[in-house]
Amino acid sequence: MSVSEMFIALQGVLTADQDIREEIRKVVQTLEQTAREILTVLQGVHQGSGFQDIPKKCQKAREHFGTVRTQLASLKNKFPADQYYRFNEHWRFVLQRLVFLAAFVVYLETETLVTREAATEILGIESEREKGFHLDIEDYLSGVLTLASELARLAVNSVTAGDYARPLRISAFINELDSGFRLLNLKNDSLRKRYDGLKYDVKKIEEVVYDLSIRGLNKDSIANAGGEK
Amino acid sequence: MSGREGTGEFRKRKHDNFPHGHRREEKDSINPPSAMTMSFKAFQVELDTKHDKYERLVKLSRDITIESKRVIFLLHRITSAPNGEEILMESETKLDLVRQKIKQVAQELMGEDMYQFHRAISPGLQEYVEAVSFQYFIKTRSLVSIEEINRQLIFSEEDKDEEAKPSSDCHNKQHNTSSLKVTPVDYLLGVADLTGELMRMCINSVGNGDIDTPFELSQFLRQIYDGFSYIGNTGPYEVSKKLYTLKQSLAKVENACYTLKVRGSEIPKHMLADVFSSKTEIIDHEDGLS
Repeated sequence: MSVSEMFIALQGVLTADQDIREEIRKVVQTLEQTAREILTVLQGVHQGSGFQDIPKKCQKAREHFGTVRTQLASLKNKFPADQYYRFNEHWRFVLQRLVFLAAFVVYLETETLVTREAATEILGIESEREKGFHLDIEDYLSGVLTLASELARLAVNSVTAGDYARPLRISAFINELDSGFRLLNLKNDSLRKRYDGLKYDVKKIEEVVYDLSIRGLNKDSIANAGGEK
Repeated sequence: MSGREGTGEFRKRKHDNFPHGHRREEKDSINPPSAMTMSFKAFQVELDTKHDKYERLVKLSRDITIESKRVIFLLHRITSAPNGEEILMESETKLDLVRQKIKQVAQELMGEDMYQFHRAISPGLQEYVEAVSFQYFIKTRSLVSIEEINRQLIFSEEDKDEEAKPSSDCHNKQHNTSSLKVTPVDYLLGVADLTGELMRMCINSVGNGDIDTPFELSQFLRQIYDGFSYIGNTGPYEVSKKLYTLKQSLAKVENACYTLKVRGSEIPKHMLADVFSSKTEIIDHEDGLS
């Protein structure tokens, strides 16, 4: 095989590769659009009036996740199943965002942390690499960290809206999350950088709780929440 | 309380010793390992496993790089003819050793998505491509194909397993073999590095009074340069970056040939080396400006 023939063959490979990337980019764009829509729906909870109809908003968000599932299913078909990590960077960001949205919905509904399996189920993907398009553990953890900062914001806004009990529950949740992350030995990568931000979210929520307790505002809310008069 | 001791074992980082961390855990320890803690422990194991594997691969990659570099240095000694065969033999055994390392990499990656760890091994593979293609050029005066390289990276296994994992990094997997595929991009980058070695070889051979090799080399380099120009910017960023260096190498070799042609007839052969050392310097300056 002559040198030029070799390069022609390689060029073919590279072009095919680029075509795949182009296809992926298109689907990822629609995914990002859907993710933005879900976010808009959920952002309503930060408004004073939004606290009443949280279940309705979650319901609506869950409907959007149906679209996400079909879009992710079409993304799956754009590249060979065993080359997930070759093109991984194209959907990494949007997948983290979707995990965050799923986790936010689950938190608003049940005030628990979405498990990795539950998140993959909401998104309609696999939980283990062997089975196909899956959720990488680092992407899952990144999404969870985004949830933490969103909750810090929610704690502030729920006080403004007069819901004094919520910050306490958020505080307990985020403290548990924090001790969970402490168990991990993170490398010096992007996940580690985002984890470093978690302490500020913890701090923020602790300040909110402090403000409430110093004014005695959380007393009756504890009583209400715990049912102990 | 047992849950707390359990987490204590895993605490390695110094910021885990913050007092409020303890306070918090005491609060939690009423109902010891919560579901969340349990899942994070699983995450810890998973992440650590992944990081360990990555580190092992980085180490292997570095070893491959070093050994491949040594092979290249060895091959540069070949220009003085008499012990050429001997050196080629020696380089072959050395390359076999490198392939043993690559075999370890292949075993490490068995059942994994190769691209997940590609960043760890890519530098080593490029250096290996460079060494192999250099040796191949010296033997046959032609460019080794990516298929040829990959053929040498199929390792047969004496024992066991791997029926359950058809989805690993290669498609033509037979049982009891492990193999590694050099990606097209790694191959291209390795070949681009090869041109630098060829340029050195060209200048060296002039120094040794070898008049034919430079012309062969310039011919060959031109072909490679044409190939890279054909690919142009369809390739990834790293490839186009190498194109610039490649151009420099080609210019040096072409100028060397030019000088040989013009002045070779006038200057006594033993002085040619001097002519070149000054000539190449001038080219360096010019390139720096452009």
